Amino acid sequence: MSLLRGTALSLSIGDQPILEAVDIELKKGEILGLIGPNGAGKSSLLRCLAGSVRTDSGVLQLGQQRFVDIPRNERARRIAYLPQQTEVHWPLSVTRIIELGRIPHLEPWGKLSERDQQVIESVIADADLLPFRHRPFNTLSGGERARVLLARALAAEPEILLADEPVAALDPAHQLDVMEMLAEHCSRGNAAIVVLHDLRLAAHFCQRLQLLHQGCTLAVGKLGEVLTPDNLENAYQIHLPDTQSAIDTLLNITWSRIKK
Amino acid sequence: MLGEIRQSRLLGLLCAIAGSLFLFSLLFGSQAIPVFQALQETFDDTSSVLALILTEVRLPRALIALFAGATLGLCGAAMQAMLRNPLASPGLIGSASGAALGAVIALYFGSAALSQFSLPIGGILGSLGATLLVYLLAGRNAGTLTLILAGVAINSLALALISLLLNLAPSPYAVREIVLWMMGSLSNSSMDNFWIMLPGTLLGWVLLLRVGRALDALTLGEETAQSMGIDLPRLRWRIFLAVALAVGSAVSVTGAIGFIGLVVPHMLRPFVGYQPGRLLATSALGGAILLLAADILVRLLPAQTEIKVGVVTALVGAPFFLYLIIKSRRYIQ
Repeated sequence: MSLLRGTALSLSIGDQPILEAVDIELKKGEILGLIGPNGAGKSSLLRCLAGSVRTDSGVLQLGQQRFVDIPRNERARRIAYLPQQTEVHWPLSVTRIIELGRIPHLEPWGKLSERDQQVIESVIADADLLPFRHRPFNTLSGGERARVLLARALAAEPEILLADEPVAALDPAHQLDVMEMLAEHCSRGNAAIVVLHDLRLAAHFCQRLQLLHQGCTLAVGKLGEVLTPDNLENAYQIHLPDTQSAIDTLLNITWSRIKK
Repeated sequence: MLGEIRQSRLLGLLCAIAGSLFLFSLLFGSQAIPVFQALQETFDDTSSVLALILTEVRLPRALIALFAGATLGLCGAAMQAMLRNPLASPGLIGSASGAALGAVIALYFGSAALSQFSLPIGGILGSLGATLLVYLLAGRNAGTLTLILAGVAINSLALALISLLLNLAPSPYAVREIVLWMMGSLSNSSMDNFWIMLPGTLLGWVLLLRVGRALDALTLGEETAQSMGIDLPRLRWRIFLAVALAVGSAVSVTGAIGFIGLVVPHMLRPFVGYQPGRLLATSALGGAILLLAADILVRLLPAQTEIKVGVVTALVGAPFFLYLIIKSRRYIQ
């Protein structure tokens, strides 16, 4: 069943085409990895899906409904978006930031309900943030910040999470922490589209991949269908020696987090 | 750092302080008046001297301090939250300098003498005009920086035009009148001034009633806020209009009173856990407190010429702001 579907999405900024007739589909329960070189249009595609940029043409559907027919607030409850670099402009505490995630569920004057509180508590616990919950955001380390921001997005209980490089600049252990939070969310019948540069992580956590190149889809499908030597050479302009076995090696090195 | 305080408790405390200062402002002034007698006479017969001092001099002055101070605090908090810039003040988008220009034009062409309404109306029109110009200059989907730059440009233009008018002023008296007005004062407040100020002020406040949550969301940046269901262009338009109306109305009546809108949100932010939405009401009360206190101070100072309240807020505000910067240096990145 497709949760989210974009058909023939095109976008240009000035004369510069950014996306050219890209199709994308997200199915229930899956993590779709959006990969491709810098400037391929991954972030722009994600922004279109998040509704923060309007496509020039193309159709976006959430379930059976067209995007334009869904009220802003309802869309915000169903799709959460985690941009590439989220600045937090005031030194709010961790708990306060995660509470912001409930905004789409609140009435303009309403307070956090008991249910809201429960969601917030469980998100904080799941993200291992209990020890930091009262710390101001700006005193946290990079890995802690990434978890807080993801927890904020998950606090909205979205069916769909759009995450733009959620593990950029994190060490391997923190990358795994974040990706595992994502995987956990999707295992409960939700789904996510994640922009990733680390192909190893992509291969490990994503069920399907979509490879973008110069604003077009170069390949989409199961890992083996997308991560082929030809595709990688065309998209990334990298040459792999003895290509097939190199890719196999790349994908088969997996490490796991030592549980604390 | 001082910690967060429960909102109801904080608002209650600030209300109590503002209320006491309001009463204090009614009771004390350059003329010591027997308070109870004055109150009694007010209720019995409105034409007695004591009653007149209370209702025609003290009351409008205190009311205007309360409302104008609240407007400055509220709008300062809203602007800082919208632009996510701790240096933003209510005047940043042109409302204050536009209002000053409008009012100075009214003073300059002598129409202020013709009708006491022309000065505030000139001010409000100037404020709306300048704000609209900033909004149009920056464009519908402007980034924060574009907005700030457009505001700086329009502010400079308005100040330049004021200087031009001063430069060309026919008599030194006109110059003096304009300069004194621009310093910001509550000393010639009348109930008529208050009634003129009231509609724009209330309209502005009402527009800001429901923006708290959107401003909270903006803490995470514009893209995230939009993905959380915030209609950003509409929010911006709403805040612009609110600030233009409320600050325009306040400045037109009181003249330019600086620093309240800038400093008050900074003072109170730690107590609301840095949440922009909660800061709005708190900051409004804080602004009212500061302006009431400054105005009382001005009246109690033994000076031949009354010091203008705008001068006091700037004199107290600037060093205090510096102190805040030094104290929170590590929080501002």
